[in-house]
Amino acid sequence: MGHTGWRVSGKEITFKMMLAFVCTIIFLLIAYPLYFIVIASFSDSTLVSTGKVLFFPKNISLFGYREIFQDARIWTGYRNTVFYTLFGTLVNMLFTLPAAYVLSRREFRPRRVIMFFFVVTMFFNGGLIPTYLLMKDLHLTNTIWVFIIPFSVNVFYLIIARTFFENSLPQELHEAAVMDGCSHFTFFVKVALPLSKALISVIGLYYLVGHWNDFFTALIYIRDNHLQPLQIVLRDILLSNQVFAGGAGTGGDAGGYAQRYADQIKYGVIIVSTLPILMIYPFIQKYFEKGVMIGSIKG
Amino acid sequence: MRIHKGISSIIRDYQLWLMIMPAILVILIFNYIPMYGIQLAFRDYDFSKGLTGGEWRGLAYFQQFIDSYLFTDLMRNTFLISLSSIVLGFPAPIILALILNQIRRKKMKQLMQTTVYLPHFISIIVLVGMLNVLLSSETGVVGHFMKSIGLGHIQLLASTSTFIPVYVLSDIWQHCGWNSIIYLAALSSVDPQLYDAAKIDGASRWQTIRYIDFPALVPTIIILFILSMGNILSTGFEKIFLMQNSLNLPVSEVIATYVYKIGIVSSQFSLASAIGLFNTLINFVFLFAMNMISKKASNQSLF
Repeated sequence: MGHTGWRVSGKEITFKMMLAFVCTIIFLLIAYPLYFIVIASFSDSTLVSTGKVLFFPKNISLFGYREIFQDARIWTGYRNTVFYTLFGTLVNMLFTLPAAYVLSRREFRPRRVIMFFFVVTMFFNGGLIPTYLLMKDLHLTNTIWVFIIPFSVNVFYLIIARTFFENSLPQELHEAAVMDGCSHFTFFVKVALPLSKALISVIGLYYLVGHWNDFFTALIYIRDNHLQPLQIVLRDILLSNQVFAGGAGTGGDAGGYAQRYADQIKYGVIIVSTLPILMIYPFIQKYFEKGVMIGSIKG
Repeated sequence: MRIHKGISSIIRDYQLWLMIMPAILVILIFNYIPMYGIQLAFRDYDFSKGLTGGEWRGLAYFQQFIDSYLFTDLMRNTFLISLSSIVLGFPAPIILALILNQIRRKKMKQLMQTTVYLPHFISIIVLVGMLNVLLSSETGVVGHFMKSIGLGHIQLLASTSTFIPVYVLSDIWQHCGWNSIIYLAALSSVDPQLYDAAKIDGASRWQTIRYIDFPALVPTIIILFILSMGNILSTGFEKIFLMQNSLNLPVSEVIATYVYKIGIVSSQFSLASAIGLFNTLINFVFLFAMNMISKKASNQSLF
């Protein structure tokens, strides 16, 4: 607009109209499916399934949500996932941030060797089967620990954190602190962490979302129903069509009628399971660009 | 003398060692021990003797995989899916970043960015669940739309011809915005003087995109392209696995899902390890080949 000072020529106007048009299309393509799920989750299921609900909710019905709130599977899954996510992210941060700090200390001689030790695992890994057998040998399968410990250090995030510490903690700051008799522990807790709120938010969010959306770990390592996270329950409901807790109404005899109600429950489940992530998203969004910027600096 | 120095440095830096030890242990145990376990691909698996105690079989399991009737199907499916993901999915975030970068109104740009990043945070299960309900030919909104424009009943998720388009396009829908961040970051570091100079020379906005913005992205594009070629045979396991059904299986069975079925489901550990290793090796070949080509062609490379 004005401040850029482009001359308002015919070409410029055409460009602006094209831009507005393209942006509108992109916006609708991304936003409409999400919006539709929301309105479909509390509209009358018959109207939804016959294509009558397109832009606004119609004949508001909370049947889907009522079913969801009564479904014990969902709440067990929810409770498990909340626990794995919070505890898991805590362990992630406790393991990743101090290690990243150490790797950022230039006076720490072995840091290049240790860095190499970490980076190798980004390009090479043992693969699914050896990892699975190791977990079995360590008796980690069917325990909550498999969600917490084995994948607690993500090397990519470790590098982002290290680069951030390198760039945001000037060497002189540490030297001054050492002069005052400050140890590494105190410097890390009292100086490094308080200066790294952006980093902690970004990495914390990445880890948090990773745990919340993780379905692979449970698929491979968990058989016990009481330990299943929300994502596995979602798979049963959304994809295996085991919509009603009792096992009834999975299409078949009841046919279209049950299927329609099943769909409404599905729309509702999508909302209920995604809501927590979407609620923290706006708070952390401003750090994204920064986070990727830090990560893209080659180390 | 050297040992003495080593010990004294450990004592001096004991706090640093304590801080990094948990991370080292986790990576050592859960990443390096499985690497050692790769030899399972060359051995029988012996329940009583553990991971590396079985009899040495050389390349027998690789041979078994290459000879199996599924081999050509698996290779073709895996290549096709990742190739179409790269061909369509790689340029999309670049174009999106160039478009978003043209928006001058701050509020508008913010709104667009918030919207396009959002789908990235949806879990794969929810995404595939959304595809199921939205694309259903009887009850889905896309199904109704296709009927209304005369495309009739098409089971988008249960047909061999539509599996790849649905997979690739939904992937673009979900990740295009997120992947554009890195390009937007590169664009935001372009020297503003370049735009001023272009303005004085009377360049149109198209021309600034063509001659300033795009060239600024080229280094990032090359690096990311090499990396994505290095993953040519690692199609994401989860989404394909969740989208699979008996009707689309002829095109949707890929190496990763096959390793899961052979290894975890039917416990043929050695064969599954061999297939997994085979996959990794091909990825390496592509990564090195692309890296070399790019080094020759543009003097840019990963290593």
